[in-house]
Amino acid sequence: MHFAIDWTLIIEKLVLIIVVVSASLVVAMYSTWAERKVAAIMQDRRGPNRAGPFGLLQPLADGGKLFFKEEIIPNFSTGFLFVLGPCLAMLTAMMTSAVIPWGDKVHFFNRDIQLQITDVNIGILYVFGVVSLGVYGIMIGGWASNNKYSLMGAMRAASQIISYELAMGIALIALLMITGTLSLRTMVQYQVDGIWNIVKQPLGFLIFLICVFAECNRTPFDLAEAENELIGGFHTEYSSMKLGLYLFSEYVNMFISSAVMVCLFFGGYDIPFVNDAHLLQHVGTNWMALIHVGMLFAKIVCFLFFFMWVRWTIPRFRYDQLMNLGWKVLIPLALFNMLVTGAIILLHQNHWHF
Amino acid sequence: MQALTNRALPVDRKPMTFMEKIYLPAIMKGMSITFGHMFKKRPTINYPEKTRPFSPVFRGLHILNRDEEGRENCTACGLCAVSCPAEAITMEGAERKPGEENLYREEKYAAKYEINMLRCIFCGLCEEACPKDAIYLSETFAPSNYQRKGFIYSKDDLLIPNPITEPEAYAKAKGNRANKTNN
Repeated sequence: MHFAIDWTLIIEKLVLIIVVVSASLVVAMYSTWAERKVAAIMQDRRGPNRAGPFGLLQPLADGGKLFFKEEIIPNFSTGFLFVLGPCLAMLTAMMTSAVIPWGDKVHFFNRDIQLQITDVNIGILYVFGVVSLGVYGIMIGGWASNNKYSLMGAMRAASQIISYELAMGIALIALLMITGTLSLRTMVQYQVDGIWNIVKQPLGFLIFLICVFAECNRTPFDLAEAENELIGGFHTEYSSMKLGLYLFSEYVNMFISSAVMVCLFFGGYDIPFVNDAHLLQHVGTNWMALIHVGMLFAKIVCFLFFFMWVRWTIPRFRYDQLMNLGWKVLIPLALFNMLVTGAIILLHQNHWHF
Repeated sequence: MQALTNRALPVDRKPMTFMEKIYLPAIMKGMSITFGHMFKKRPTINYPEKTRPFSPVFRGLHILNRDEEGRENCTACGLCAVSCPAEAITMEGAERKPGEENLYREEKYAAKYEINMLRCIFCGLCEEACPKDAIYLSETFAPSNYQRKGFIYSKDDLLIPNPITEPEAYAKAKGNRANKTNN
């Protein structure tokens, strides 16, 4: 018995992983630039426009500044855990990008390469599980800082994340009842052939959107890092690149969550109002893949803009209002959504008889 | 107890209406306002390509004046140093030698004249105190520097260019300042 190692497959997956990870990092970098520009434009001023044309080299300057700062590790903190916190946050943020379908397929070297790192059958469940692990990064960071304010911030962040995960899961169940599959690629394929899921599940989308805001610790739910309330929250004691990793992992999380939302509800890489099969015959596989990836990124950019738009409009929630919303409003609403969806599916199967 | 004025309004403690409780209509209204602000004109000025205009009486950097024949006006009388509330001006006087009549107006002149820009508060009292119209405050402000000693301006930095030998530089440095009508 001998093993034949399929080197081409390994190389192909490695290249795909490297490309996806670099793309997430670059998009996270430029979403810091976009955040400052969008904030400025909404506040009647210009954003950074000195570092390079339109301030496009500003993220490099920010990264350079963070690298050059002094690395402070507090004396009484737990050393290993202190460094582990931001690493965990970044790890879980990146791991979710493994199951997102970035396009259909590319044809190189006589092989059809799928533009998705792995197409597991339990796509959405994997995403969900990894996002839940993101709590660990914050909790460990807050605990290892040996600072009561950090601990309070970490407690609040952890309770907020786990409260809103429930509503997110229940809203997803209603969606799964309609599509019947957990795999993200199959879901996108259904939306390419049919209509987008947002038409079938508007209330589910709304609940999912609110929960994604809470998962990313994004205003109006950004209690955990509210500077004027908690003196910095769980990243009080962090400096230099560890702080950079925390801030970056928030943006990578935002990027990946937008990608997941687009795949679930807005058709993934589908081009609206265009028949994809016809276009495929005209243009060829590789160009089609490029158009698809471009379309997906355009939708993700719209969602990122939406995140920033909401951040600079709404004041943040108080902690008890946040918990109230999560447990007493969103979970009943998600359950109601699930029941109504189930009822409509049963009616549909029964040909609209009771 | 009785209120002193009747300006105090009672706090509105009505419970939230349904539309207010679901937060979403208010959020939509706020977001449309923010979106509208994206298309309004911004009041930011792109410094240093464009600068805001200063008024003609703006108190900026000091300039030591000369008269029309190119002779320095300053006689090192010390009135500006005495009137300076921040003690920023120091000077040393010297006697005019017989061959230097075209350089200085009167027999005494300032051999060393220094103003410490870090101490100066740009109040303009030295300009008001000078009897010879020798010092006035112009429209520029002090550029930044890396060391303290770069801020101690000597007579060469402060003197206006000679109108006889460098007329364009003199005209540019004079600017559009209004002329003093005494002396």
